[in-house]
Amino acid sequence: MFPIYTRRRLINGFNLTISLLTMAFGLFWLIWILFTLFKYGFGGISMDLFTKMTPPPGSDGGLLNAIAGSLAMTVAATLIGTPVGILAGTYLAEFGGRGWLAPTTRFINDILLSAPSIVIGLFIYEIYVVKVGHFAGWGGAFALALIVIPVVVRTTEDMLKLVPNSLREAAAALGAPRWKVITLVTWRASKAGMMTGILLAVARISGETAPLLFTALNNQFWSSNMNQPMANLPVVVFQFAMSPYDDWHKLAWAGALLITLGVLGLNILARVVFRQKMPSN
Amino acid sequence: MSKFFSDARLKRQRWLDLLFQNVTLLFAFIVLALLAGILISLFVGALPAIKAFGFKFLVSDAWNPVTDEFGALVPIVGTLATSIVALLIGIPVSFGIALFLTELSPRWLKRPLGTAIELLAGIPSIIYGMWGLFVFAPVFADHVEPWINDHLGALPLVGGLFQGPPMGIGVLTAGIILAIMVIPFIASVMRDVFEVVPGVLKESAYGLGATTWEVVWNIVLPYTKAGVVGGIMLGLGRALGETMAVTFVIGNAHELQKSLLMPGNSIASALANEFTEAVGDLYTSALIELGLILFVITFIVLSLSKLLLMQLRKSEGRQS
Repeated sequence: MFPIYTRRRLINGFNLTISLLTMAFGLFWLIWILFTLFKYGFGGISMDLFTKMTPPPGSDGGLLNAIAGSLAMTVAATLIGTPVGILAGTYLAEFGGRGWLAPTTRFINDILLSAPSIVIGLFIYEIYVVKVGHFAGWGGAFALALIVIPVVVRTTEDMLKLVPNSLREAAAALGAPRWKVITLVTWRASKAGMMTGILLAVARISGETAPLLFTALNNQFWSSNMNQPMANLPVVVFQFAMSPYDDWHKLAWAGALLITLGVLGLNILARVVFRQKMPSN
Repeated sequence: MSKFFSDARLKRQRWLDLLFQNVTLLFAFIVLALLAGILISLFVGALPAIKAFGFKFLVSDAWNPVTDEFGALVPIVGTLATSIVALLIGIPVSFGIALFLTELSPRWLKRPLGTAIELLAGIPSIIYGMWGLFVFAPVFADHVEPWINDHLGALPLVGGLFQGPPMGIGVLTAGIILAIMVIPFIASVMRDVFEVVPGVLKESAYGLGATTWEVVWNIVLPYTKAGVVGGIMLGLGRALGETMAVTFVIGNAHELQKSLLMPGNSIASALANEFTEAVGDLYTSALIELGLILFVITFIVLSLSKLLLMQLRKSEGRQS
């Protein structure tokens, strides 16, 4: 009904408009979710949130123990996972030229990167919680560490590969042994990139709920003992949101806002660190 | 030779070199062992259930903790159904977004828009769950589901999938929320692979008078086929294992339903809901077997994704 040129132009225009609409569709959800969080969560942000314990239904309280528990587990997980990830990533980038181990590890690591986190929780339950006989903060930290490792391995390897070989050769020509070349030259040159990886890993674990359900569980009271069940923000938000009580819902929204602001803040910080310190990219 | 370059000193450095290399190798090996460890420990945990039910576990829809009868059919079907819904919505939208970011967007808008879409991936899944349950589900139940009932429910063949009470929660809601969650993953892979298409190829097509759409559909897409499928597989892997968002909105009913509007269950949400409350060894073991099944499925899907993306990278190397 149309000449072929008109038809082709119409199809083009129509499809490109659809493409524009899909972009708007994607942004629409982001804005809706963030708007919801501020609408319900902002009212709950007060001093009480940071100074009081999680309350029983019907009374006032805050999220102090949950925030502290989350911080403790995140820090522990980062401290456990980061060295493992950096060393494994160093092997892949610096020594992984030949043999089967490096390609296989790279492949497996990329799978672990997207593996369901709830399965990681099950694994820690099996090898840690069952053995010690009770839920514990350390279990949560171990589960989170297992999520940190693949993220750090991946970014470490990528960042070390960006370091020009001439730097390594220059150091080697001065007579530096391999371990000094790596620790004093390559690692330093990619410090900002590795930092980015760690920040992204922390962002990833600070919102994780599933692996904590069977490991750290929850605790209504203050607990500074990582050998005991430990309160943590995501699980508290989950329990409070699923409960029928209005005041718990309000705390859950405030907690949800805190988590999201933390995670998105870390994500943006990681990008800024990366862009400022690695101008070549 | 001065004392400075003494043999002992050289030997020590050589020894330290070897030590350093082997320590890093050990840690690389730990990553590998981790996967094996997960598989073995899940298998050991699932052994009582595997012994008790055998192959029947996969095809039975029973789930009765009182009589100790368990089957994985309902959660498996729920997992697959939600993931399929997620992909059906997610693939075209991700394609549109990638197309917009690579071909249409003005240069100054590319980075902010790309970042915004990536932030969608940064939002923790529990937030999607809460938002889905308290905000999205009521809106969906009041305004969208009656329409679905009236229009899609009347279709021949597939109509049965869309009939049911407008409750807001159910398999379809979970699938839609999963779609929003996988869009950033698929879109960013698609955008990255679209950007590796050599400019010469696209310019030759433009030179022959092709429209933007024709260039994307006939040049860019065939060139990046493997990568696009790899990205979709990556999204599928994510959707299959997603826990918290699904747990909030799927309804957690251990019954096989014909309609997508009815509540169902997925492997991950069954685990999240029941694991800490499971009493009895067989119950726990059956749940662990569910976890094992989930891990094996995602492992296969993610491996395929990785192999496809590697294939694209290889062919890219051959051409340059």
